[in-house]
Amino acid sequence: MLAAIFIFLLGPFLLIAAAGLSAGETLAFPPQGLSLRWFEAVFAMDNFRASFILSMQLAVGSTLLALLLGVPAAYGLSRYPVPGREWLRTIVFTPVIVPGIIVGLALLRHAVIPLDMSVTVALFLAHTVLVVPYAVRVVTASLENLRPDVEEAAVMLGATRLGTFFRVVMPNIMNGILAAFILGFVTSFNQVPVSLFLTGPGITTLPIDMLASMEYVYDPSIAALSALMALMSMVIVLVAERVLGLSRYV
Amino acid sequence: MSNLATSFLQLDRLTLAYADQVAVESLNLNVAEGELLALLGPSGCGKTTTMRAIAGLLSPKSGRISLGGEDITHKSANTREVGLVFQSYALFPHLSVFENIAFGLRLRRVSGGELKRRVNEAVEMVGLQGFERRLPRELSGGQQQRVALARSVAVRPRLLLLDEPLSNLDARLRLEMRSELQRLQRELGVTMLYVTHDQVEALALAHRVVVMNVGKIAQQGTPADIYERPTSAFVAQFVGFENLFRVTPKGLAGDKGCLPLGHLPAGAPPTASHALAWRPRHVMLGQGGFEGRVLGVSYLGESVEYLIECAAGTVKAQTPTHAPRFAMQTAVQFDLPLADAVHLQSD
Repeated sequence: MLAAIFIFLLGPFLLIAAAGLSAGETLAFPPQGLSLRWFEAVFAMDNFRASFILSMQLAVGSTLLALLLGVPAAYGLSRYPVPGREWLRTIVFTPVIVPGIIVGLALLRHAVIPLDMSVTVALFLAHTVLVVPYAVRVVTASLENLRPDVEEAAVMLGATRLGTFFRVVMPNIMNGILAAFILGFVTSFNQVPVSLFLTGPGITTLPIDMLASMEYVYDPSIAALSALMALMSMVIVLVAERVLGLSRYV
Repeated sequence: MSNLATSFLQLDRLTLAYADQVAVESLNLNVAEGELLALLGPSGCGKTTTMRAIAGLLSPKSGRISLGGEDITHKSANTREVGLVFQSYALFPHLSVFENIAFGLRLRRVSGGELKRRVNEAVEMVGLQGFERRLPRELSGGQQQRVALARSVAVRPRLLLLDEPLSNLDARLRLEMRSELQRLQRELGVTMLYVTHDQVEALALAHRVVVMNVGKIAQQGTPADIYERPTSAFVAQFVGFENLFRVTPKGLAGDKGCLPLGHLPAGAPPTASHALAWRPRHVMLGQGGFEGRVLGVSYLGESVEYLIECAAGTVKAQTPTHAPRFAMQTAVQFDLPLADAVHLQSD
């Protein structure tokens, strides 16, 4: 059973990686001979460089903004008796629950077009919206591990509420914030359905660029690039799990 | 001790509530400077709520709190100069023992040699030399408690509040920390308000005990007053007068029925009293005018405890181990000596 689950989860990645290792000229499985030539080719390709840089900028920028919004939101929701707290928590999660296609279309029709947003701004805001739920959730989980009376102790010793947040709360939820950053980064970097509606001519993210290339590029470079992207996400998450215990927060 | 001229901390008709739930109603309390006062009561009696209001962590619905003659009712918690030792210690998990103790001092812009000197002084006071660089999670419960104490007294608060500080420690440590607290209070002369549900702790530590019940003061006095002369049924049962009977024209009324008054040795009890109560060790077994049956026997080492079923309900009796024993289910005569009874005027 366990083996079946592993095959199911890892199978697609292994197939793609194998296809990328092909020595042949076309995308096929089983690969025609083995070589690293397509992996080398990926690094030599200029056309993906711009979209890779945009994806990186988006992932870092939108995750940082999401944390700037998500950390105070998580703190407020976990420490103050906000009326309708459970409803607010649910609403914060809607971007995760609602299908990306719908989020993307809605943003396009009701925000990007009416407000005449540039493609970069639209992508940046959309990715932020998608990452906020992860930020709130992960930071909330790490706040639950910090007893509120520790903050009261700081206040009784003379600290203001704001001072307490920076001197006591922040140092104790730093692991949660890092975990949220990593999850947010991976979520944004791999994002397809929402970005699909928001990318424009000449300005596109790496996954969307690859999707588009599939239609006219038939060589195994796409498979090699996919394998590299998947490997990058896996390494990031594995390291985060080892160092931070990521699975405690999600 | 409780007149206005000498009172240092003064609560004036203080009413406290969570949402619409009133927890403490129109409470008046005076604490003298340098006094160690225990707020004693069962959980939910409002003692912790009262303490949080004094700390400034809860705003009163109405009433006034003053400290050293200054009205602090609306002063924010971080400027009150009131220390609070939490039941859970609430140490900063990311800071060493030294930095935990230095926290309040740094906020007061104490630095350099002066900071070191004052932290070391606090460390020595609680006997934690050599532990300065440890993190809280590397300390035992008792050591954590000492750090919490040192952290609170290092900033020299005007008033020190302690919320059930010993309840998470084992019995031996609790005794040790209790005398440690007394010594600290003597040496520093700081006014302390000690919140506890443990009567032994309150009696052993405090100069004065205030017993609370459902948001009000049930009785206040010296430990001896509270232990020997409770005035209400609630306080009597709380301090161990477990056999309590209401005085009615028919006799002494318990849960199930009545014990006839005529059987009491020294004639009828003063009918002016609302109720009479006896400690288990005051109940005389083996002789007397009342009849009962042994329902339960517990050997406690120093003494043997019996549960006796009688006409009024269940009576708890305690006899020294060397006294004659009674077996389960045997009939036994007993007596409730009037000289040992406490006379109560209210519930």
